[in-house]
Amino acid sequence: MIRLVLLALVAFMVAATDATAAPPNAADLEAELVCPVCETTLDQSNAPVAERMKTFLRVRIAAGDSEQQIKDALVAEFGPGVIAEPPAGGFGLLAWLLPLVAVAGAAVVVAVLIRRWTRRSPAERADAPLDPQLERLVDDELARFDS
Amino acid sequence: MASRARLVGQGVAIGLVALLFILLAWSLVSDEGGDLAAAAARGDRPPAPDFTLERLDEEGELQLSSLQGKAVVLNVWASWCVPCKEEAPYLEELWREHRDRGLVVVGLDAKDFRADAKRFANRFDLTFPLVYDGPGDTLGDLGVTGFPESFVIDREGRVVEAFAGAVDGEDVRDRFEAAIEQALEP
Repeated sequence: MIRLVLLALVAFMVAATDATAAPPNAADLEAELVCPVCETTLDQSNAPVAERMKTFLRVRIAAGDSEQQIKDALVAEFGPGVIAEPPAGGFGLLAWLLPLVAVAGAAVVVAVLIRRWTRRSPAERADAPLDPQLERLVDDELARFDS
Repeated sequence: MASRARLVGQGVAIGLVALLFILLAWSLVSDEGGDLAAAAARGDRPPAPDFTLERLDEEGELQLSSLQGKAVVLNVWASWCVPCKEEAPYLEELWREHRDRGLVVVGLDAKDFRADAKRFANRFDLTFPLVYDGPGDTLGDLGVTGFPESFVIDREGRVVEAFAGAVDGEDVRDRFEAAIEQALEP
């Protein structure tokens, strides 16, 4: 009995998740898909094939397709290059990793430079002897202050 | 220690510059497409780049090199291309007129929806072989710069002449048909 109740609960949750999944937004998809002719995103293009693809998006959204189903259908027609975001695998992984590597490399360079610039020279260290002329000047000033 | 770090830095910088030069050289060398039309215009008859693509008009695939022994008009088109609509009936007529002499017109539909391409073919009663290249992967090798574009290929698979834009107007059609006659020569 408990199993049945649990199964019903899981089934209800799955159904509720599906029902509440928001339909894909055409404007969002247009920003994520590339016009195969002008190679800009669909929202930036008014090429005939881009207009045709925008119509396709709206028809598929109205038919109840998910975002992934729409993207898969377009990849089947125009190839993986129709997705603006590079795939997170294979050669496309480079597009994700290179910026991170560049940022990490730049951070290391900046850290090394900061360390080098902020490292005190021996003359600036507290335990280093003062310049005699400067020491005499400080003594004179202190004496004047005391008097 | 500092001089070693400097040497390594210089080595990395030189390596990066060398890599950029290699990439530049590679992009120039691999850009064969533009050369194809230019070489054909000089009368060099460069070999047409081979491809194997799925057929739109029937099941299966078509390999361009399988047509060696016949003259080929390879027409690159798309259903959304307005001049392609104007050109399609002429190509169909040409195919029907010369097919018995060994001419094959091949329509290469690119950057298009399959369903739209099939509707286009039905609308214009196209009966010549049609192949589909949705991503347009073959266009780079052919040096296609726009739609439509046609390549007249001789019986040995060499490009006699390339025609950018629609084959329309008397002068262009005369040149096109003269190229086909050359391609049909045994």
